[in-house]
Amino acid sequence: MKILYFAWLRSKVGQSEETISLPDDVTTLYQLITWLKTRGPAYEEIFTDLNVVRVAIDQEHITGDTTLEGASEVAFFPPVTGG
Amino acid sequence: MVIVQAEIFDTGAEIARITASRTDIGAVVTFTGLVRDFNDSADVQSLTLEHYPGMTERELEKIEASARVKWDLQDCLIIHRFGKMELAEPIVLVITASKHRHDAFEAAAFLMDWLKTKAPFWKLEADTEGNTDWVKERSSDQEALKRWQD
Repeated sequence: MKILYFAWLRSKVGQSEETISLPDDVTTLYQLITWLKTRGPAYEEIFTDLNVVRVAIDQEHITGDTTLEGASEVAFFPPVTGG
Repeated sequence: MVIVQAEIFDTGAEIARITASRTDIGAVVTFTGLVRDFNDSADVQSLTLEHYPGMTERELEKIEASARVKWDLQDCLIIHRFGKMELAEPIVLVITASKHRHDAFEAAAFLMDWLKTKAPFWKLEADTEGNTDWVKERSSDQEALKRWQD
């Protein structure tokens, strides 16, 4: 599965994308976040306050928890500030 | 039509392109967003826009499609830039063309309000000292959306 990071989340993690193999017991978005947080202090930091993190799965905005079944791309980013 | 590009655009040329050889357009409304010299930092020197290639185009196309359903538009164009921009350069352009002014005015406002909260762009501003800061979202942008939700 491809994981993407944008804006300050990208700066903190130090990369814009990575490809990971999900552990068998990670099947939902919240489980993915919990698992990513175990991968180092930078991950722990970006997911400290989930109120400031937005998520897109396969390029669709997502709110709340959801299954990752069939998903190939998960993106994490701050609230958008274009326009 | 949706265009996401790094290059600068010419608002006048885009209006001319939309209205050329057509006689069914009675109203054209444009909105152009510019890089200004103040925001979260008091002295902004430049702006860099990051975006999510692929999702950006999809979101903008969805927003355009819903505007075309809500209002009677002869044409509709959204251009949004990414990359580094200097002060006073244009960032975003929305053009709506309709038979009568009401549809063009309303649709342009709707497109900008939705784009501000849905299109995956992030602004990084740099000040005169070279410090950079990610621009924070505005609650007023979320509030503006409520106008269209009934």
